[in-house]
Amino acid sequence: MIQYFKNIWTAIATILIGMEITFKHLFVPAVTIQYPSVKPKLPDRERNRLYVNFDDCIGCDQCSRACPVECISIETVKALPTEDLGKTSQGKKKALWVTEFTIDFAKCCYCQLCVFPCPTECIYMTDTYEFAEYERSNLIYNFSILTSEESEKKKANFARFEAEKAAEKAAKAAIVPGPVNIPKEQ
Amino acid sequence: MIYDFFYKLFGSDIIAALIQSLLPLFIFILPYALFAVWWERKVSAHMQDRLGPMRVGWHGALQPIADIFKLFQKEDIIASDTDKFFFNIAPVLVFVGSYAAFAAIPFSSVFIGSNLDLGVFFIVAVSGFSVAGILMAGWSSNNKYSLLGAVRSVAQIISYEIPTIIIIITIVMVTGTLNLNTLSEMQSGHFWNWMIFGGPGSGVTKFMLIPFMIIGFGIIYISTLAEVNRTPFDIPEAESELVAGYHTEYSGMKFAMFFLAEYANMFAVSALVAALFFGGYQSPCGYLGNLFGLKWLIPIEQLFWFTAKGLFFVFVQMWLRWTLPRLRVDQLMNTCWKYLIPLAFVNLIIIGLITLI
Repeated sequence: MIQYFKNIWTAIATILIGMEITFKHLFVPAVTIQYPSVKPKLPDRERNRLYVNFDDCIGCDQCSRACPVECISIETVKALPTEDLGKTSQGKKKALWVTEFTIDFAKCCYCQLCVFPCPTECIYMTDTYEFAEYERSNLIYNFSILTSEESEKKKANFARFEAEKAAEKAAKAAIVPGPVNIPKEQ
Repeated sequence: MIYDFFYKLFGSDIIAALIQSLLPLFIFILPYALFAVWWERKVSAHMQDRLGPMRVGWHGALQPIADIFKLFQKEDIIASDTDKFFFNIAPVLVFVGSYAAFAAIPFSSVFIGSNLDLGVFFIVAVSGFSVAGILMAGWSSNNKYSLLGAVRSVAQIISYEIPTIIIIITIVMVTGTLNLNTLSEMQSGHFWNWMIFGGPGSGVTKFMLIPFMIIGFGIIYISTLAEVNRTPFDIPEAESELVAGYHTEYSGMKFAMFFLAEYANMFAVSALVAALFFGGYQSPCGYLGNLFGLKWLIPIEQLFWFTAKGLFFVFVQMWLRWTLPRLRVDQLMNTCWKYLIPLAFVNLIIIGLITLI
């Protein structure tokens, strides 16, 4: 019988304790972050989407070689001696046309290994992390400032230049032993 | 009274009665259900240190309207093996049960759906309607979870009706009336005239009644909580065990009707408790209308007080929901048969003796 009333007492007392706790929590400020309108502060060394400051890129291919998942693909063409590509912001002379520079963010693992080898510090992590796409192909970012026609032109230019050089060389090779035996005009 | 007003306006007692019976549905139950859905989500969220709906309207205030629109658009799925007739009629029956209870609830001294002399009895009787609806829903769904939920629900509601009715009898013994309007009128004046504080009498009996009235209030509150299937007595729709209990198979507007009925029921039992123990529509501290001599203000104030009391008890229901875990079936029956019913009987006898003195 005593147990019976003890049970009732325990039930009421524990329910009241629980209700007190939940009532206090009613006025505790919520921990929710209203995500799209309020963004949480990210750590200083966050690693998100890469960006390539293409003005500074010299096309050295080091980032592509450092990439463990091979998401960066770079294709370069040598500039003609007559062409001036300008300098990077650090004063390095650019010698290559970068005809293709794409990063496939569907593959990228955000390891930041490509950032450190860059001699001109032109590839770096930004704080953008909302870039979902419906098509996987849309995640292939093209950073090259040359249009595809321009790229083709540069390639053709270089091919022509090479061909010319080769022809010159061949001509030279043909000419060099030549003069010795040229019969003098009588 | 509102009925007389409509009778004069339309000159037909049928139209007047129809409008009067529809009024609580459109001006009270539907807006209240929308508000309660939002409020429940906000209360539960803040009790868990969250924010709840925030994006639709001010602090998500229009969220339930968006939900309703979503439910309107939804396909009304009727599984092929269900008993179509009962499956379709069950949500209506459940809703009728909870809506009919509003007919006898006095919202204010001029507005009571039907001023029945058997008001309390009527409410208890029609709330039995929803039991039939729930059992129909569970059985006709042809789904084991639905059936289990329905069986549990019926067992629970029938068990817990006993302590509820015993406490109502206790109140009826003290006041001598089953009419909720008269009952509320008896508790007029200030809050010390409420039944929880011993009723309108004076002297020793009033003070002797107070502790037993508080016990009675506790018992009726717990048992009505169980009757509307709210946590900690939500085993009929225990999400973790039974998917959603008796309304597992329902979708779209039929589901919405169950939902509406649940919230309407929550208010109906809260209103009953408020009317029995907390003075119904009576203000706890006098009326502004009396103070300024504005007679028309009093019914509006009464409506305010009644809604406030009802919503407070609805809030306590939500508060308990986020405090207590669910009871097991045997614990549920223990609580009812071993604790509530004996206590209610003892309470009935003691209060009977006190009123005799």
